[in-house]
Amino acid sequence: MSAMNNFWDQKNECLSRDELHDLQSKRLAALVKRVYTNVPYYRNKMHDKGVLPEDIKSVEDIEKLPFTTKQDLRETYPFGLFASPMDEIMRVHASSGTTGKQTVVGYTADDISLWSELMARCFTMTGADKSAVVQVSYGYGLFTGGLGAHYGAERIGAVTVPTSSGNTQRQITIMQDFGTTVLCCTPSYALFLAETMEEAGVKPEDLKLKAGVFGAEPWTESMRSEIESRLKIKAFDIYGLSEIMGPGVSMDCICQNGLHVWEDHFIPEIIDPDTGASLPGNTNGELVFTTLTKQGFPLIRYRTRDVSSLNYEKCGCGRTMARMAKPCGRTDDMLIIRGVNVFPSQIESVLLEMGETSPHYMIIVDRVGTLDTIEIQVELTPDMLSDEVKKIEDLENRIRKNIESILGLAAKITLVESKTIQRSEGKAKRVIDKRSK
Amino acid sequence: MLIKQISIFIENKSGRLAQITKLFGERGVNILALSIADTTDFGILRLIVSNPEVAERTVKEFGLTAKTTDVIGISIPHIPGGLAQALSVLSDDGISIEYMYAFATCSEDNAMVILKVSDNGEAMKILTNSGIKILTDADIATLF
Repeated sequence: MSAMNNFWDQKNECLSRDELHDLQSKRLAALVKRVYTNVPYYRNKMHDKGVLPEDIKSVEDIEKLPFTTKQDLRETYPFGLFASPMDEIMRVHASSGTTGKQTVVGYTADDISLWSELMARCFTMTGADKSAVVQVSYGYGLFTGGLGAHYGAERIGAVTVPTSSGNTQRQITIMQDFGTTVLCCTPSYALFLAETMEEAGVKPEDLKLKAGVFGAEPWTESMRSEIESRLKIKAFDIYGLSEIMGPGVSMDCICQNGLHVWEDHFIPEIIDPDTGASLPGNTNGELVFTTLTKQGFPLIRYRTRDVSSLNYEKCGCGRTMARMAKPCGRTDDMLIIRGVNVFPSQIESVLLEMGETSPHYMIIVDRVGTLDTIEIQVELTPDMLSDEVKKIEDLENRIRKNIESILGLAAKITLVESKTIQRSEGKAKRVIDKRSK
Repeated sequence: MLIKQISIFIENKSGRLAQITKLFGERGVNILALSIADTTDFGILRLIVSNPEVAERTVKEFGLTAKTTDVIGISIPHIPGGLAQALSVLSDDGISIEYMYAFATCSEDNAMVILKVSDNGEAMKILTNSGIKILTDADIATLF
């Protein structure tokens, strides 16, 4: 596989840093002017910070701009940050918020086209071209994973197989019968597929699989080597978040030494999460993105809460685009379980709203085999106790259903004896994550 | 009259029952009847004891969650079909049994059973009218 063949848009993917600087500066100035004009919420934020569009002339001026947080998205729910008239919005996606309210993002026709284009760069980076058969096993729906990968696979002219998530047996049959060459799913699901294949006696040699585009949850290098050796493929790490676009904000290349951020469309920054100060290259901090060209839902300095670092050196693959390190943690308490974003506060709000359980709970996340599991321990109060088991089991079921409807994730509910969940004097410890980092 | 039953929530942890019963022993609480309803994760220990107030306090001091419920105690002839007769009068009148269990002790002639039913008042009437003996605190006191 020659690296020469792995460019979808070689000119832009390999812009010199100077060209990139000029392009970003021009686009940033235009973005700020547009957002200032079209989005009252941003205009007010900029006034609060004492900054006007004319103050932003080049990339370096970005530090003058206010940050955007998940809280801003919540306050403007659902469409308050849209910068295009609703007539021009042609799709929305949504992701879970911290308190049950979703974060809604909108795309114009150009935005969808840009997203497809950047996903096309990602797929091409794996060596895929129009002869590829791309199986998209990310969920289709409000979640950006499925449709994002789908449009990118179509853009390169591959045979796109929209299996969506679930039904493992069928996924394997389709891989065998359709000759899938590229698999898109969460890394933990890739491992689960590998395991199921082994049990069913399906060997990697029976498949045409060459590459996997895995993301939507944190994974380790050891998971990568395990997937690569069990499926006999090259495993690529893709990163994205719906607020910025969806999958395809960045992805690692064949060198597997950091994820290339498509800097002609996004400006990445690393900041100190406590002070907000910008940090230099190769330093760990919170990853922040500004979308340069998105129309429907542009964001300025959006704080992702992901901890990463940026490397601006030219990569062995020939690309000049900065590489972000695989995110190595969060600056908030968000968990990613089976690709689903989970905030402990969502679980707490379910319990409080039900009003019949104790507010003392503990979330235990583990990985059994290859799949993440989530157990929620809830202390049983005297009010909840019944002498009849079925009434207690009823309550467990109701908690489980309510949590599932908020998180979109089935959790095991375990009632525990009162006062057995550790009380802490400061910030309560609500999560035990037993998965290896 | 109704009898006070104590229900205790316990997680399925080994040694839990031993700890609780040991405490009762130390406080002079005598267990007359008991049953455990269990699931994979927890169990509910239901007890008829000599002194429910002491038992409940003991359990709470120990840090467990307990609850007192009214149940019916009956005394039936200790003969084949004895229990069937009592239960059929209830079912004939549409009273359902949520759960039941027997006493740890019994006399030579009579067996004693604890019933949790869908309607205590109605069940008491039906049982009395059918000539089934309802246990009183005094009856239970004689068991020590």
